[in-house]
Amino acid sequence: MRTKVILGLGAVALPLLLRNLYVIMFLVPDEMEQGPIYRIFYYHLPAFLVAACGYLTALVASVMYLVKKDQKYDAIAVAATETALAFAAVNLVTGMIWGRIIWGIWWAWDPRLTWALISWLVYFGYLMLRSAIDDPTERAKNSAVLSIFGSASVAVTWKAIEWWRTQHPGPVLSIRTGGVQKIDPMMENMIYVNFLALLLLGVIFMLVRLRQEEVQREIDGLRRYAHAAN
Amino acid sequence: MDERNITYMFYGLAVAWGLLALYAVLLGLRERDLTKQLDTLKRMIEEKK
Repeated sequence: MRTKVILGLGAVALPLLLRNLYVIMFLVPDEMEQGPIYRIFYYHLPAFLVAACGYLTALVASVMYLVKKDQKYDAIAVAATETALAFAAVNLVTGMIWGRIIWGIWWAWDPRLTWALISWLVYFGYLMLRSAIDDPTERAKNSAVLSIFGSASVAVTWKAIEWWRTQHPGPVLSIRTGGVQKIDPMMENMIYVNFLALLLLGVIFMLVRLRQEEVQREIDGLRRYAHAAN
Repeated sequence: MDERNITYMFYGLAVAWGLLALYAVLLGLRERDLTKQLDTLKRMIEEKK
């Protein structure tokens, strides 16, 4: 059943991603001051939004694990976290390339950039922590606690562009500016459409990763069974 | 299209697609490895029965 869902989502996501790439490359207009480099933004911002969805899913699953003590929620949390890290890496690296042209530097210790990096490192640490604990219950409990604490850094990253008006551009989406149009509606729509495509891809990654986590648990169970039978 | 910064625009788009493609490949390799491990374990247990 899950394989069919993954294939179905893939059948929608891939054409949409290719269509969006074509529109971004050839149809949307250049930004007046920035030129073509602005097109990076159509991946930079949606990738951040997908990563934020992943971190949020991990937070909810971690809380659910601590409440219900069901390993299913731990599997969801790790699948969501790993997927979020992939999209957060896209966000960070595309931002650096944009910054190299617009700011003249690859990296600035601006609050938004710094907190985005801190969040990435915290969740990377989450994956490292998991690989260091053998006992599944201890691993799930400690990971859930770290994930919940880590979500605070995501919240700060989200609000950083409002709290500290420094180098990173402020909010541009009308849903965050209270309906004030900061960019051309065509550009804003393209951001939403590419967010949808990347979100579908993110869901596919998460479902595949979740299935792998379940297979890994089956392997661990069979190993324990084989060890006990000896 | 304006010619300014066009190289860096391509770098940006290539990195975005490249990182996601890399993650998809890593997922595929892990899937293959896990399936192999699971099959081996199941076979071992069957043989011992």
